[in-house]
Amino acid sequence: MIAVSILNRLIVAAVTLLGVAVIVFVLLRVVPGDPIAMMIAPGASPADIAALRARYGLDLSLPAQFGVWLQSVLMGDFGTSISLRRDVLELLLGRLPATLELAFAALIVALAVGGAVAVAGTLVRRTPLEPAIDAINGVLLAVPDFVWALALVLFVGVFIPVFPLSGRIDPTLSIDFLTPFYLLESLVRFRLGVFFDVAAHIVMPVLALALPLATVITRILKEALLEAMVQDYVLLARLKGMSEMRLVLQEALRNAVGPALSLTGVQFTFLVGGTVIVERIFAYPGIGNMAIDAVINRDLPLIQGLVLVFGAIFIVINLAVDLLAAALNPRLRHG
Amino acid sequence: MAEPITITGPAAKPRRTPSRLRNLFAERQVLFGGSFILLLVVIAIFAPFIAPKDPLEQDLMLGSLPPAWLDGAEPGYYLGTDDLGRDVLSRLIYGSRIALLVAIVSASLAALIGTILGLLAGWYGGWADRIISRIVDIWMAFPPVLLSILLVAVFGSGVHSVIAAIVIIDWTRFCRVVRAETLAQSQLDYVTAARTAGFPRMKILTREIFPNIVPILIALVSLEMGIAVVVEAILSFVGLSVSSDTPTWGGMIAQGRQLIHHAWWLLVAPLAVLFTTVLAFNQLGSGLRRALDPVLRR
Repeated sequence: MIAVSILNRLIVAAVTLLGVAVIVFVLLRVVPGDPIAMMIAPGASPADIAALRARYGLDLSLPAQFGVWLQSVLMGDFGTSISLRRDVLELLLGRLPATLELAFAALIVALAVGGAVAVAGTLVRRTPLEPAIDAINGVLLAVPDFVWALALVLFVGVFIPVFPLSGRIDPTLSIDFLTPFYLLESLVRFRLGVFFDVAAHIVMPVLALALPLATVITRILKEALLEAMVQDYVLLARLKGMSEMRLVLQEALRNAVGPALSLTGVQFTFLVGGTVIVERIFAYPGIGNMAIDAVINRDLPLIQGLVLVFGAIFIVINLAVDLLAAALNPRLRHG
Repeated sequence: MAEPITITGPAAKPRRTPSRLRNLFAERQVLFGGSFILLLVVIAIFAPFIAPKDPLEQDLMLGSLPPAWLDGAEPGYYLGTDDLGRDVLSRLIYGSRIALLVAIVSASLAALIGTILGLLAGWYGGWADRIISRIVDIWMAFPPVLLSILLVAVFGSGVHSVIAAIVIIDWTRFCRVVRAETLAQSQLDYVTAARTAGFPRMKILTREIFPNIVPILIALVSLEMGIAVVVEAILSFVGLSVSSDTPTWGGMIAQGRQLIHHAWWLLVAPLAVLFTTVLAFNQLGSGLRRALDPVLRR
């Protein structure tokens, strides 16, 4: 039963990814402007142009072009970036880890902050502190993350300059990284000096991404906690003499965490989407920042690769959320 | 839901009574949001008369001047100058033109498309509803960031692509709400009465149901304008909106970000204006919704 539903979801994920591939292909092939025109040097002969056309398969029919393209994508050949003149897959693999480290660090911070504020808000319910927490949360919820990130630049960058505002690592620090996961690798290899430098660089973009998500988590989790706190099992536990703190953490939280978690998953896709602009603001070398350059340079092979990678990330997150929800909820597991 | 006992005909439709209008103005959110937006519209229209300087005029002798209340300020440059000596206040004033243009055009177009499709889906149901709703579902499953990267890559940069991208991505917001609202309205007694009276279906939709959807539509348009202002700012921040010689808030923010350690006011001024504008649109939208939507008001 479980195997079937997992298989089902995997098939849906694969079909969705194929759909994304079709959309990417169709949209980028109807681009006003000839992709070849952007590649050739001025004064190229018609024979050269025809040769280039044949090389990229542009002389075939559209479905045939899609076949050729899909086949090469599945083989890991995403083509060559026009602006950077390097293999697209290589570029993507070089940049993706930076974005993954950023996104997951932001997720962890958001869960910690959002969870802590929700629990605190539940503990102080029906006191004057609760409306204060709700009001601050409400204001923060309304701030778009673009504005948020820049406000952070302003406050932390200018008025209390503690963290660096751009890049991923101090360029004068050299360590031969074996993997592109700088944060993880420096920690695992116990190069603490390097680790603290990489961590200091990631703090600002992480905060910019994590705080908007934290406000959402706070709102959902607090609502679920308040609902759980008036249930009979909490009342029973209270009659047994459990402290308020333990009531919230041990009894209510266990039942409130399910709905909050699945909404967090959906919100996590927004966070990953937000990396595009946040990486730009903090000059952080991830795939989001790369995507903006690719669009500015109209680098079609690179854009294709980037959109497919983002699409795959979104699909994987949704899949993970579905599976997690099934694992946490007994009714779904047996259903 | 309608009261089961009273029979309401088309004549008993909720009318905008004077007390309702007073409610609207009593709503503080509407008052704040509405007056700020109104002020912004006036500033945008009369920019050449209001702006103290030419927003494009460079004077390198007067580069990076601080705002008037700080040391080293030059009289006449109230919010200081950027690194090329252009007046920040005048650029902000002219920047409101692009921001409002994108907000008004893109929100109206998205509302137009979404409303037509939403009305059709909600009123006619059947295969029309199935097709439209399925398209909306698929559309909304596609993350906006991906779609905008693709769309701007396809259309190229410029204010037209910004508007097109917003319309193409956000018409679904209107479609979903209008469809649900049409569906709810069509269950009400006044619609049944109109049908019994033999009104043509199309006429019931346009004359009876649509006017009851207008309030929620106005609120949605206001919220959408707030979104559009941010999207335009983001795209001009990364240099994908209008050409860089036209002053935009996003372009000014990008400049301020680069010179952050050198002249922080270049970031503060456009960011504050952008934030206030978005807040005003949000407040106006949610205030209107609260004041006009009978379900939320109850």
